[in-house]
Amino acid sequence: MNKLPYERPVLVPHRTGLMNKFGGMPSMEPMPRIGGVAVSELLETYGSPLFVFDETTLVERYHELRDALMRRYPKVRMAWSMKTNYLDGVVKVFQREGAWIEVVSGFEWEKAIRQGFPADHIHFNGPFKPRPDLERALLAGTFVHIDHFDELLLAETIAQEHGIHPKVAIRLNMKVEGAPHWSRFGFNLESGEARDAANRILAGGHLELVGLHCHLGTFILDPNAYRLSATKLATFANELRKEHGVVVEFIDVGGGIPSHNTLKAQYLPGSQATPAVSRYAEALADGLATLDLPPSKMPTLVLENGRALVDDAGYLVSRVHATKRLSDGRRALVMDAGVNVLFTSYWYKHEVRPTRDIRGVSEASVLVGPLCMNIDVIRETLMFPPVNAGEPLVFSQVGAYNVTQWMQFITYRPAVVMVGADGQHSLLRRRETLESIVDHEELPAWL
Amino acid sequence: MNRKLTVAITGLNATDNPGPGVAVARALRDAPEHIGRIVGLAYDSMEPGIYQAELVDDVFLIPYPSQGSEALLRHLEHVIAQTGVDVIIPTLDSELGNFIAVEPALRALGVGLFLPTAEQLELRSKPQLTRLSENSALPVPHTLILPDVGDVESIEAEVGYPVAMKGAFYGAEIATNVHEAIAAYHKLLAKWGGPIIAQRFIDGESELNVVAVGDGKGGLIGAVPMKKTVLTDKGKGWAGVAIRDEALMEITRQFMATTRWRGPCEIELIRSRTGENYIIEINPRFPAWCYLSAGAGMNLPLAVAQLASGEVVKPMSDYRAGTMFVRISLDQIVDLEDFGQLTSLGELSRWNHKAAKKAAS
Amino acid sequence: MTTRIKDLAVSDNGFVFDPYSGSSFTTNAVGLHIIRRLQANASRSAILQSLDERFEGLTETLDRDLDDFLLVLRQQKLVDPDFRL
Repeated sequence: MNKLPYERPVLVPHRTGLMNKFGGMPSMEPMPRIGGVAVSELLETYGSPLFVFDETTLVERYHELRDALMRRYPKVRMAWSMKTNYLDGVVKVFQREGAWIEVVSGFEWEKAIRQGFPADHIHFNGPFKPRPDLERALLAGTFVHIDHFDELLLAETIAQEHGIHPKVAIRLNMKVEGAPHWSRFGFNLESGEARDAANRILAGGHLELVGLHCHLGTFILDPNAYRLSATKLATFANELRKEHGVVVEFIDVGGGIPSHNTLKAQYLPGSQATPAVSRYAEALADGLATLDLPPSKMPTLVLENGRALVDDAGYLVSRVHATKRLSDGRRALVMDAGVNVLFTSYWYKHEVRPTRDIRGVSEASVLVGPLCMNIDVIRETLMFPPVNAGEPLVFSQVGAYNVTQWMQFITYRPAVVMVGADGQHSLLRRRETLESIVDHEELPAWL
Repeated sequence: MNRKLTVAITGLNATDNPGPGVAVARALRDAPEHIGRIVGLAYDSMEPGIYQAELVDDVFLIPYPSQGSEALLRHLEHVIAQTGVDVIIPTLDSELGNFIAVEPALRALGVGLFLPTAEQLELRSKPQLTRLSENSALPVPHTLILPDVGDVESIEAEVGYPVAMKGAFYGAEIATNVHEAIAAYHKLLAKWGGPIIAQRFIDGESELNVVAVGDGKGGLIGAVPMKKTVLTDKGKGWAGVAIRDEALMEITRQFMATTRWRGPCEIELIRSRTGENYIIEINPRFPAWCYLSAGAGMNLPLAVAQLASGEVVKPMSDYRAGTMFVRISLDQIVDLEDFGQLTSLGELSRWNHKAAKKAAS
Repeated sequence: MTTRIKDLAVSDNGFVFDPYSGSSFTTNAVGLHIIRRLQANASRSAILQSLDERFEGLTETLDRDLDDFLLVLRQQKLVDPDFRL
């Protein structure tokens, strides 16, 4: 008699509404390679856990969005949203492809300059620009997007003191169907505050108003929201021209286009729920068609996307450290990476797959991290095939925000690598060591 | 005559809030000269329609819509290999996006679908329906989209009270003043998600529905209007009667012309006490009561199966107004073996067994 | 051991039905084999040996896998709470 292949024994209770996970077909496609490189090779070279960025996907996403826009609008500028991921290697890819950069702090500005971005290829956003940061940026010719009246007055003072006439933009916020109302950033359009800000700049004569900016929010699933915001920005630009003869050089519609991630509240997976970028491009172009300007004066359309370009290109490889049975019958997989490095697992149902085809009956499983904290859950209950300690799993769509918002807590932050188009791979950031952390510590002399 | 079609259908969840699959299968069974094998695609081995052995010859479990189109396609490829499916008629809202996504791949495998496009699907979503009405003569009650709870204030001036507060996909409450509207806003948001919409409340005299099939080019293949005569406590129609109503037919034709709708749909309307019809909702699939169309002499599920297979179906206009339906609940006795096999293996085939039995007799 | 596991209806396709609680379960080939051996009062070593005879590619986690399976049987009340092999 032929022997059957061994599989860990399982017994899964049938619950109404969860009865289709048992059929013979595996419902989970394995992910043996990232960008053409075997996950096993990456783990052998760099250890676990490990963030992996696929250069090909970065380039594809960038061109997908840029090309979709350029087919519909003549002048397009992409400004990489640095806060989404400011690893040199990731930024370098977008820089090489021709992107400008969008920063939101003095630190990011310094890092962008260090990486060779000309100061006048930087858009500087955000509600917090202390005087030294603001002064430095204005003097260098960076496009500062003014967020509030205090900043406007400070910028005027700086311009006056230095005898300069810097080019600035104002950030607007507005009510738009299909997007949350982020009224804490910029000047409100409906109340007339935006008009006051523009009038103030024009009357002051110290700053040159060259741009209008509006970032609607994040993970905006309704492309139509961009049609509405672009229309409102275009209408505002038309008014500036009509009333003051001012023609803006650029209209910046911010970021906010979603990746293919799945929010916890979403039922359908992001691969299906997220509209195609062409629909966003179409909506933006439609909105800007409201512009009443001769073709030669059409402003440049600026986009500051981050997540839509980098999220799908990032993976986290993490090994199962141990498995255990919880008292409620679920299987827990203790992973070697937790919420300390996969911060985004708080709001996404990250897709997670094994690297090989694992047959067998799936069990209700929960994926927890290594922290001694109950909140350290990186994937809530999902039906997962039987795996043992040591099994590497790949989390997808983790490229945005994790390697900027991760925290150093009770352990070292993992290495980050990039996989190139031709199968080569290389470090973007080394795994931290004790020195990376104690280097900044001081001991008071009396201790 | 063409060979008999093998048709796969979903929505066998004939529960107290029934899916349309059982009704579609019954309508297809009314046309044995055109329809052969019927394959049920189920999400759960407790879907009641699975155990209607005379309606569905085989049953396969398919992955939940939340697992995406890639997983669906892999399972469908298996079903196609096992049964030789010619066409698939999906019948549930939540799965349509996935089926639309895999339509080209299925076509390459020789399997036909007759579905709306993703854009058409979006056009009839609740928030978009208002926009659709702005660009056409389709009568939709005045609707306000409320991205923020602060926007509730504008209801008074723009819509007026009483107002129907609705979730984007499900849920509705009537509010008679701003306080109730705010309470309803939070309740609906917590339960169903946003955006919340406020719609002019129509003091309705009757609820009217139309089951219709569009040809995808702006034309109407056929439609049967129905008046609900008995409602359950959940507001679902439990009995109804096919009616003759030119106003409803005109709205249906206009909807088809405006959206170039491809495939089946259900138009839900309310008729005010003063006699105007308003579109409340458009469902992008057959309704659970669609067997009434076959019963009234216009077999719309059959038409969709034929259209999906590439056959030409001429527009139909005749049906018997006055055809009435009353739903029934009954307890089926289920073979534990069938349940066990489907649950464990994910498939249950009765086709060969039936064929053998037929041959023996 | 309770008699409950002895009365489980077990079919070759892995469908398991508990006539006392009305609950049903899905198990895999290894689980099925263990349940049938338990129904026949087999000892731990007999079960391990028979697994070795029937299956190939046994992993070093076999012992723990068996204990985990017994834990699940206890959680599902198919054996007594103090049942151990």
